[in-house]
Amino acid sequence: MKAVRSMVLVSSDAESIALGANEVFSAFQQKIQDYGLSDEISISFISDIGHNSAAPLVIIYPEAVIYGPVKPDDVLDIVEEHLDKGHIVERKLVPAHELSEHLAWLSSRKGTLPAENRIVLKNVGLIDPENIEDYIALDGYQALGTVLGKTPAETIGIIKDSGLRGRGGAGFPTGLKWSFVAKTHIDKKYVVCNADESEPGTFKDRLVLEGDPHAIIEAMAIAAYAVGADEGYVYIRGEYGLAIERMKVAIKQAREYGLLGKNIFSSKFSFDLHVHAGAGAYICGEETALIESIEGKRGEPRSRPPYPTTFGLWGKPTLVNNVETLANIPAIIRNGADWYRSIGTPSSPGTKVYTILGNVNVTGLIEVPMGITLREVITIYAKGMKGGTFKMAQTGGSSGSIIPANLQDTPMDFDSFKTASVSLGSGALLICNQEICVVDLAKVLLNFFRFESCGKCNPCRIGCQKSFEILSNIAEGIGTLQDLEDLQMMADQLYELSNCGLGQTAGSPLKDILTYFHAEVESHIRLKVCPADTCPMSGKTIYQVGQEVKITREQGA
Amino acid sequence: MPTIKSLDDLTRIREEVLKKQELITTSGKTEIIVGMGTVGRATGTQEILTAILSYIEEHNLGNVIVRQTGDMGLDSFEPVIQVILPGKERVTYGKLNPEIVKSILSNHVIGGKIIEEFKVER
Ligand SMILES: Cc1cc2nc3c(=O)[nH]c(=O)nc-3n(C[C@H](O)[C@H](O)[C@H](O)COP(=O)(O)O)c2cc1C
Repeated sequence: MKAVRSMVLVSSDAESIALGANEVFSAFQQKIQDYGLSDEISISFISDIGHNSAAPLVIIYPEAVIYGPVKPDDVLDIVEEHLDKGHIVERKLVPAHELSEHLAWLSSRKGTLPAENRIVLKNVGLIDPENIEDYIALDGYQALGTVLGKTPAETIGIIKDSGLRGRGGAGFPTGLKWSFVAKTHIDKKYVVCNADESEPGTFKDRLVLEGDPHAIIEAMAIAAYAVGADEGYVYIRGEYGLAIERMKVAIKQAREYGLLGKNIFSSKFSFDLHVHAGAGAYICGEETALIESIEGKRGEPRSRPPYPTTFGLWGKPTLVNNVETLANIPAIIRNGADWYRSIGTPSSPGTKVYTILGNVNVTGLIEVPMGITLREVITIYAKGMKGGTFKMAQTGGSSGSIIPANLQDTPMDFDSFKTASVSLGSGALLICNQEICVVDLAKVLLNFFRFESCGKCNPCRIGCQKSFEILSNIAEGIGTLQDLEDLQMMADQLYELSNCGLGQTAGSPLKDILTYFHAEVESHIRLKVCPADTCPMSGKTIYQVGQEVKITREQGA
Repeated sequence: MPTIKSLDDLTRIREEVLKKQELITTSGKTEIIVGMGTVGRATGTQEILTAILSYIEEHNLGNVIVRQTGDMGLDSFEPVIQVILPGKERVTYGKLNPEIVKSILSNHVIGGKIIEEFKVER
């Protein structure tokens, strides 16, 4: 396995190029080779990292140090001292006052990478999930005990102050959602944990459910106290047999210890939990479809408003939160809002759990502070690309955004991603190298959506099916330019007209592909060539003779 | 079964558990922790666990405690186990099969020598 140990990035904005970035780049290539480090160190250009007056810049990971301005003559020192011997070359560092925005943020973390910071997964992989005492030994249920000594309003205040935002995909402020439910004056309310986790490529919630189920029970009890609920449901994806089993064991133990049931901690607060297993439909992760499903109806989304916070399960005010969101709650109560805000970025405090898959050397799962970049994740945690160079990534599972190479350095937090018009979603990171064809990827995604569309609203039901057919045609080499226009229209209309998030987000990877990889899609249509050599192109026999591409298939046949 | 009626109760139980756990660590017992989440199971931790238990039985290792836990997020390396010798750092091993596990038990658990080849750096 070729695992990259360090990464060298050379800035490549117009100013840097004018000041010799290309020469610096080649000097690095040469010296790295001279020192026999080519296998361990990757080198690439980095674009669009914000303004600075020390161009060209050289950024080296995992230490996250920034050198600048770097001249070809400086390269020998940096390679010898830093990359070979591991000493930072102090005199070439960029003065801190030269840095702003993203660069400043990067520089402020100098030496702190790689920094896995486990809040959500703190106990996972350490404790025995089937033993409540293991959880109690690590401060378990202390937050619940503390909260019962406060008022519900105080509790919601802490969550609001912490800045916690929903990890189920949309990033809605959690404290605000709690206050909506708390505000309603109705005697019966519910708390629901969304553990449907049906987004392909996401398995973060499963780890928590399997590895630390009591954290969810404690968090749900805290939430119930804060919003005034006395009953809760954990809606677990049906395929998660082990998670369902362990959650049931945990609930039983919590009842035996008096941590669920009547008058918890001798207070007036009573709360009990049910486990509800899903039946494998993606749509049941959508909160209103999930509620319908618990009620025993077809899993179809409701029209909103009214929102679940006022009219949810059995028509009562209902709080729906994701597993990862909830797993943050006990730690926030124990350590305080300020502590939580000290992690991550101002707009998105805390950590995020990412599941990494695709063409990288190490797949799996990490929990890191919000605001880390995709490039950092790939190089530091996933130990570099496997079998080629970075082409794109899909964040957030099937409904997520496609991130092209030039957005690799965008900090991964809700607001930075929103500014870049992409979404963070559930935290799945599918990393693709140049061998992945965008048309093929889109086809696979739309195939998923056309099966998972619940069929209630026409734009989604028909739009997903039609888009899939068009993509199949393009992949077969029989797509037309009209198809391309239709596809664009479909992507827009899926987003604008669908009733719920399923159809709305089905169009988003499509839209991204048409924006960032238009030429590649067009080449399937105009040239009948799949640049990644993946699509069947049943026309076959395409010869590459020198630079010439001979096409033995009639245009538009 | 103790019922927890107050924060004091909770603290008391917590301390009891911690004491129990400390007894384990100071009594010179070795801990072996097996990752038994879905990925672990799918890649065969059940067999690993069986191999560990039968090795312990065969060799009469009285001072070893075997525990289970959830997935550790190391999917590329499953099946994964961790070994903690008394007073030593936690060592994580990955990509195991029953044969390798036996050699970990004889070299590391009994012999005290870490097998670098299968160690997973976190
Ligand atoms: C099609 C679709 C699928 C969804 N699947 C999930 C899911 O599997 N898990 C989840 O937590 N949220 C899912 N959501 C988001 C939920 O509707 C809801 O926003 C979330 O549970 C709110 O929790 P949070 O505020 O803690 O993020 C899905 C949404 C849509 C539209």
